[in-house]
Amino acid sequence: MVIGKPPDIPSSEITSESAYRQFMNRRRFLRSAVAAGAAAVAADRLAEMFDPRKAAFADETKLNTVPSPLTTTGEQLTSFEDITHYNNFYEFGVDKGDPAKNAGGLPTRPWTVKVEGKVAKPLTFDIDDLLKMHPLEDRVYRHRCVEAWSMVIPWVGYSLSELIKRCDPMPSAKYVQFLSYYDRHVEKWASEDATIFWPYSEGLRMDEAMNPLTLLTFGLYGQTLPNQDGAPVRIVVPWKYGFKSAKSIVTIKFVDKMPHTTWNDQAPNEYGFYSNVNPNVDHPRWSQKTERRIGLPFYAQRRTTLMFNGYGDQVASMYAGMDLKKNY
Amino acid sequence: MKRSTLITLKTLVWIGSLCPVADILWGAINNSLGPDPTAEIASVTGLTALWMLAITLAISPVRKLSPRLAWLIKFRRLIGLFVFFYATLHLLTYVALYAGFDLNVMKADITKRRFIIAGVITWTLLLPLALTSTNRAIRKLGGKNWNRLHMLIYPAAICAMIHYWWKVKTGVISPAPFTLVLFVLLMARPVWAWVERRRKARAVAV
Repeated sequence: MVIGKPPDIPSSEITSESAYRQFMNRRRFLRSAVAAGAAAVAADRLAEMFDPRKAAFADETKLNTVPSPLTTTGEQLTSFEDITHYNNFYEFGVDKGDPAKNAGGLPTRPWTVKVEGKVAKPLTFDIDDLLKMHPLEDRVYRHRCVEAWSMVIPWVGYSLSELIKRCDPMPSAKYVQFLSYYDRHVEKWASEDATIFWPYSEGLRMDEAMNPLTLLTFGLYGQTLPNQDGAPVRIVVPWKYGFKSAKSIVTIKFVDKMPHTTWNDQAPNEYGFYSNVNPNVDHPRWSQKTERRIGLPFYAQRRTTLMFNGYGDQVASMYAGMDLKKNY
Repeated sequence: MKRSTLITLKTLVWIGSLCPVADILWGAINNSLGPDPTAEIASVTGLTALWMLAITLAISPVRKLSPRLAWLIKFRRLIGLFVFFYATLHLLTYVALYAGFDLNVMKADITKRRFIIAGVITWTLLLPLALTSTNRAIRKLGGKNWNRLHMLIYPAAICAMIHYWWKVKTGVISPAPFTLVLFVLLMARPVWAWVERRRKARAVAV
């Protein structure tokens, strides 16, 4: 019996979005109703036994997680279905539904992340070691795409700074570059649908990479990342437009100069290196003042875009004195 | 062509042309327009207008392939009006769901954003064509003037194609199929004219 213990249910109990939702609501409700909490856990188990869809999420996709003070509250989560079927992952096609269809062949095991550049010595991390390096946290973040749509996603991961600390970067390391997996045989859509130089490259300034909000991400909704969302490991930078959050990372490089980034190479006037969410700086082709929330009916989608996507308290100081209209 | 066949075919064209908008309405009622309904509505209305425009441009070169295809012309006005119908829905999607009826937003967009400018020009070019689609308007204008006015379909088609290219990201090539089709349809006209000139010249020589 769990009487006397706080009813903090780890998200490893979660096997589906519906179960997750129950859990999040339940957690709040049950702060004072411990016995009911235990019953609810039992009910979840029971539901799992009878609902084959829940059981279909094999145990290996579940992640053991802990709560995080850095999670975003007061937002309605976007459904698991939408998060996994509305993706920009051009290596697997340019339509939003393409990655879900085409990303099945992404070989997520074995997987290593190479760390190179301005570090004491180059390192290679195995994905399974990265998963164990630090407790995995549940972090709900708003996600704002440069195309003016947005979601709210319950990610799983830990601050990228935890990894960077273990990499021992030199003082001359001013930026961090992230390179995504690229194999033209696995990702033939990359060259069929668009003319882009692969692999996908993204980058952050060192202080941005060290900001506790920058998440080294392994999962969402309490389970490992689906391939189309950047399995097995990606970064999530919630105050920047989505394309800054590189997926399926194979190389992390510490560099002394601003690294080249894929969308900036494509159209420098449209996608700056910083690309902080900023309602006051329009994309040349559309306004960034408002956004469409994914998963809502057409008449309810439109909402105001927040400066730094609402994370100004944690990140604005990094840009003090900078002209964000010039450094877009 | 028999009258009853014509009526049957026209009914089928009506039904076919209304399918995309019926699909949107059905999706809107059931909230099944996908993760991003606003973008879905914009994309369906825009692409339908674009491809129906290609169909109207195909009619005159295709019917020249054989005298037995002459009846195709009877469908051009109907399809052309559906082009205008979908272009208007597309514009209204922008006005209502993107600009939120905000005049300042629209003013900023129309002065600053080239893909929106190209879109608005396209619709503006289609407007007089829709307005002069009645038999009365044709009589009033006279066939020659009416034909001349309706040459606006060519710049409208080119503007629509530019609008599409400017809308997608650099490097994305999804407007390519329409561009290719439009190129073929526009080139078909001078090619046919050349073929006919040669035919006539031969007839004279003989």
